[in-house]
Amino acid sequence: MSKNVGIKVTINGRLIERVVNVRLHLADFLRQDLRLTGTHLGCEHGVCGACTVIVDGEPVRSCLMLAVQADGSNVRTIEGVALSKDLPHPVQTAFKKHHALQCGFCTPGVIATAVALLEQNPVRTDDELREAISGHICRCTGYQQIMDAVREAADQLARERLQK
Amino acid sequence: MRAGKIGERIERIEDSTLLFGTAQFVDDLEMDGVLHAAFVRSPHAHAKINAIDTGAAEALEGVHAVFTMQSFAQLAQGRTPLTFPHPALKQGLTQFPLAVDEVCYVGECIAVVVAESRHVAEDAAALVEVSYDALPAVIDCQDALKGQTVAHQGAPNNIVAHLKGGFGDVTACFARAAHVVTDTIRMHRGGCHSMEPRGVLARYARQSHELTIWSSTQSPYSVSRFVAQYLGMETSDVRVIAPNVGGGFGPKAAVYPEEYVIPLAAMMLNRPVKWIEDRSEHFVSTTQQRDQIWTIEIGADANGKILALRGHGVHDHGAYVPYGLLLPLTSMSPFPGPYTLQAVELQLDVVFTNATPTSPIRGAGRPYAAFVIERAVDRIAQHMKIDRAEIRRRNFVQPTQMPYPTGMLYRDGSIITYDSGDYPACLEKALQMADYEGFPSRRAKAQKQGRALGIGIASYIEDTGVGPYEGATVRVLRTGKVLIETGAPSQGQGHATVFAQICADVLGVDIASIDVRSADTGRFPMGVGAIGSRIAVTAGSSVFQAAQSVRQKAIKLAATLLNVGEQAIEVADGKVQLRGDATKSFTFGDLAQRLISAPGVALPEGFTAGLESTAYFPASSAIPYANGTHVVEVEVDTGTGLVRVLKYSVAHDCGNMINPLIVDGQILGGVVHGLGNALLERMEYDQLGQPLTTNYGEYLLPIASDIPRIEIAHLVSPSPRNPLGVKGAGEGGTIPAAAAVVSAVEDALSAYGVRLSSHPLTPQYLIRSIAASGL
Repeated sequence: MSKNVGIKVTINGRLIERVVNVRLHLADFLRQDLRLTGTHLGCEHGVCGACTVIVDGEPVRSCLMLAVQADGSNVRTIEGVALSKDLPHPVQTAFKKHHALQCGFCTPGVIATAVALLEQNPVRTDDELREAISGHICRCTGYQQIMDAVREAADQLARERLQK
Repeated sequence: MRAGKIGERIERIEDSTLLFGTAQFVDDLEMDGVLHAAFVRSPHAHAKINAIDTGAAEALEGVHAVFTMQSFAQLAQGRTPLTFPHPALKQGLTQFPLAVDEVCYVGECIAVVVAESRHVAEDAAALVEVSYDALPAVIDCQDALKGQTVAHQGAPNNIVAHLKGGFGDVTACFARAAHVVTDTIRMHRGGCHSMEPRGVLARYARQSHELTIWSSTQSPYSVSRFVAQYLGMETSDVRVIAPNVGGGFGPKAAVYPEEYVIPLAAMMLNRPVKWIEDRSEHFVSTTQQRDQIWTIEIGADANGKILALRGHGVHDHGAYVPYGLLLPLTSMSPFPGPYTLQAVELQLDVVFTNATPTSPIRGAGRPYAAFVIERAVDRIAQHMKIDRAEIRRRNFVQPTQMPYPTGMLYRDGSIITYDSGDYPACLEKALQMADYEGFPSRRAKAQKQGRALGIGIASYIEDTGVGPYEGATVRVLRTGKVLIETGAPSQGQGHATVFAQICADVLGVDIASIDVRSADTGRFPMGVGAIGSRIAVTAGSSVFQAAQSVRQKAIKLAATLLNVGEQAIEVADGKVQLRGDATKSFTFGDLAQRLISAPGVALPEGFTAGLESTAYFPASSAIPYANGTHVVEVEVDTGTGLVRVLKYSVAHDCGNMINPLIVDGQILGGVVHGLGNALLERMEYDQLGQPLTTNYGEYLLPIASDIPRIEIAHLVSPSPRNPLGVKGAGEGGTIPAAAAVVSAVEDALSAYGVRLSSHPLTPQYLIRSIAASGL
């Protein structure tokens, strides 16, 4: 039960080496061991999506992944989403503009999903966006303003890609 | 150009830390030496506790202590305080912080383990051995009313209260009524499901005998007051702080056993102790609401003018009384809704069951009242073959009748009187947005494709801005920064932005120069809480009044310093200056500095210290009433029972809006909460009182793919009852939603003659209803 294992993970661009208990999940590793408390736990059974982080480009429920499984991978959390310290990611900017967050507890997970989806390919139909966001539970917003924000961010990122 | 006037659709000042992941919720706070708690909870709905063996748990490495109620004997004893006493309460039974010899619902706290980590605490909690004798449990509220099984051993019955309300001569009205219809209406228990579960962190300073509690609460002042009362301390020594709170929706306004136990554990160990509720605990230990079952009778004259409504309800209060009678009371006071009835007679039996205790959730009792009223109005319409929009037109309170006394009594005994609003206009607007006139052709077209469409309407009123007060201080700092301090806690509603907009507007400064600090009993002396859509009305008005006093004081001081009359002073671009002469000007910071002064330097004559003011806008029983109409179009798959919401139109009136972007967010979130109640959310118990829906696979919340585009129209009837002309907007989205959806689904199934008077309308329920029709 208490076996410990050494892991190396790149988190928000920094290589982290730690010894972790094998039963520690990734969310607790991020929150407790690394004090990256922007990742929130909403249900711990993999449904609500609040704890979603980006692992090797894919959105992952960090409550369903063990820290040891992240060994050798590249993890981005909400603390590593912004383009720079003062420059928010277009998804973050759009969330603010469209009032796509209220209490903000589920928001880091929703943003992780949106960022991963749009960085893979920003050209997305409304149905694709809705399908992706439906992996999250938000009790405050009713989703409409989230959908508006993600739509706007997708369009902006698609335009930027065309210009490149 | 300065930003942040009243009425501007601006981005929130709260958002940046939330978007960058740096906002701090209770579980994010760092605290040296903190220990972690896990609770041992009852697996039985009703049982006698024979013995609790904590030995194996205490022996586990990393465990600091295992506490039962007995462990706290030197510090505290007895049941937790009754938070809202009421003369009608027959059995105001509250919980012990930790159960002593009886447990009355699955999830009741029995013992707490405090350990080095939450992981160890949970391992140890599983090692605590509790010996029980299971007792008979009662779950159905109608069974509970009969009283053959009692939810509490030794209690004479399960009656919490028998409430009565109404006005007029109901008997005479029914005698005159040309049409009378009856119905039985069932509304179901559900949960709040804030995405941040509850959480408590407590630190005790032994030398000064001071407690600091960080709690994910909507009512830090209630936590301070009742914990202090329980521990025999002064509220000034029990400081409670609500940091970022991840949604509340009502249940976080109650004071919970864990909010007593965690401070007690911190006092016992002289170490900070933290407990964070997990979702499994939330499903059984955070208060829920519902069930209510009503039998009603409604009578109308030959013209479809509704005369009277009579109803008898049974209200499932759950196992204890965590929040007085506020939930059942708020399900009676909204009668007769937006309609002019001559008489209403209501009786509500409030009963204990062996289910999780109940308290208000978004809308509190108002969605039940709206559901009962709107189903009743629909029933009369059906019976008389009058269009559902038309029956409402014939019965609305008219704008010319404002202020309109309904006849019902408010909590303080005064007669409930609506302040303003144009109910017919809201209906017409919603019908127009929904293209109600075009619906028959849409339905006919769909019918040809084998699809069943339906449309539903629900109108509502909402009492908002409940008193007595929520105060605020506006203080100009030396730097010119303006600080707003208030007791008003926030769980995501954007209060800080709203307050800052009001203050910026009054002082003529940019919103960027304003900071808001709230929900800390150590910073602001008194407060009530974020309940009942009240903060913009109460705290907003206080901010407005305090900011006006600050402005006046600044003008008076500038006039004194320039030796001119006050009329010669103007406030422009954040400066207080001689009218027409910007060279003779002061910043707010300059003026604040004069009133802070320095040792030996007297204040200007006639001035008190500090460029600041505190106001407690007194909200009396004359509160503002919001209103609106929702129209919803649905498609029902008659083969699977699945309901798809196609179009949702909201016309509502919450008076003047301070920030329409935020109001939209409140309405959208509220509507979707109501859609969950109408179609998805089912907190199921078996006959032994075992909850059966305790994860998000079994208890379904709305997700993005369930939601149609929701269109909103704002009508504006300013309230004459506060200086801002505002009304609350937090719950109006939820209140009529279930009524509108059920009306629409019934309409879609009209070919089958199916009558729907309950929610949630699960696919299983609809399939059974269709099958029962025999068509």
